[in-house]
Amino acid sequence: MAEQRVQWFKFASPPNFYDLSGRLAPWFAALAALLAVIGLYIGFILAPPDYQQGNSYRIMFIHVPTAWMSMFLYVLMAVYAAIGLIWRIKTAEAMAKAIAPTGALFAFLCLWTGALWGKPTWGTYWVWDARLTSQLILLFLYLGYIALHAAIEDRQRASDASAILALAGVVNVPIIYFSVVWWNTLHQGASITVTSAPAMETVMFAALMVMTFACWMYAIAVVLWRARLELMERERRSAWVVERMGAEKP
Amino acid sequence: MTGLLTAVMTLLRRDLILALRRRQDALVVLGFFVVVVSLFPLGVGPDPQLLRSMAPGVLWVSALLATMLSLERLFADDFRDGSLEQILLAPQPLSLLVVSKILAHWLVTGLPLVLASPLLGMQLGLNGTEILTLMGALLLGTPILSLVGAIGAALTLGLRGGGVLISLLILPLYVPALVLGAGALDAVMYGSSAQAHLSLLASLLIVTLLLAPWAIAAALRIMLD
Repeated sequence: MAEQRVQWFKFASPPNFYDLSGRLAPWFAALAALLAVIGLYIGFILAPPDYQQGNSYRIMFIHVPTAWMSMFLYVLMAVYAAIGLIWRIKTAEAMAKAIAPTGALFAFLCLWTGALWGKPTWGTYWVWDARLTSQLILLFLYLGYIALHAAIEDRQRASDASAILALAGVVNVPIIYFSVVWWNTLHQGASITVTSAPAMETVMFAALMVMTFACWMYAIAVVLWRARLELMERERRSAWVVERMGAEKP
Repeated sequence: MTGLLTAVMTLLRRDLILALRRRQDALVVLGFFVVVVSLFPLGVGPDPQLLRSMAPGVLWVSALLATMLSLERLFADDFRDGSLEQILLAPQPLSLLVVSKILAHWLVTGLPLVLASPLLGMQLGLNGTEILTLMGALLLGTPILSLVGAIGAALTLGLRGGGVLISLLILPLYVPALVLGAGALDAVMYGSSAQAHLSLLASLLIVTLLLAPWAIAAALRIMLD
């Protein structure tokens, strides 16, 4: 147990994180590409057309993973923000900042693919349905976080202030979700629930899972790269950056 | 304990006196609310049925925007003349002192919106019970707007273009208050009871009152560090 803790703290220190993430990120990126190819192959070629929706349901293989990712990443961002705020760990602050653009991208992609799916299925690109609306508000929350971070020049203050905003947001997300659900809903119910077997074919389910893992791997790779750059910019005057940059660019 | 109460009351009285001396600040917010609501009929046409059905949304969104307008001044003046630093240095808990500042802000900007709402409700063709519901919902909702908005005001303290930034940060967080507040009026207009909406709005107010002062105090400490 004691050794385990030493390990974690070791990778929380910026130079160790920088080295480790530099080594890991390309692998995650490669895995993301591989899984995306497999997932799209299963989803577009092996999976049969849906008996009701025809081929348009295949948008789901991108739409659903992006929706999951955008929601989960917001919580993860708030967790890192809290860790950075409470224990003053710079790596966690960099991670929180690095997650925001990826989360916003996923939220945007979810809305975009949802609109493309809505046109053939519902006959309209946009309806003010509960889930669409709360996803839109989630995108606004991401944009607010990014804007606040960018508006404050002092990096430490920027991380602390946006951490407060992320925490205020994460407390609000369930309240927003339930109030919006209460406000209006005509969305089709969720097809995958934790308690019962998925109400879809195994091939479709496989494609969905593979695509979800592809999105995960992509998010990890991009976030690591971004956090790495952020740490390097922040600590540009410290010995470890000078040492590494000197070694890479003589 | 008496020291705390004295501090809170002193701060409240000071803020109210300051607001009284600069009446135009509060009146501008009220004026904005009235003008925005009055512009809607010009935009969508004078059809009474349409105006009636749009009334909940129009009134609540205008109240949201009017509150937004007043938020920038919440801490900015105290920040500029240095009294905010003194409040931070005071021995009393900052989160409670912040509550007294927000109470003053609500009395000066939120309460006038509640009091002016019957007039605007009548303009949009609401009847007696509907106007009472509107006032009740605004009475519960506007303190939430002040409390949540204060988080944004604290986080954007001393930033360039803070006013625009506040709206991006805070408006998404206003969604529950908007949904429940406008929903209460909608429920009454369609012949059902607004009790569920009002109860949820009241519980939202309690939760916000519990959590927001804490976040505001933390934000002020960070921005004045």
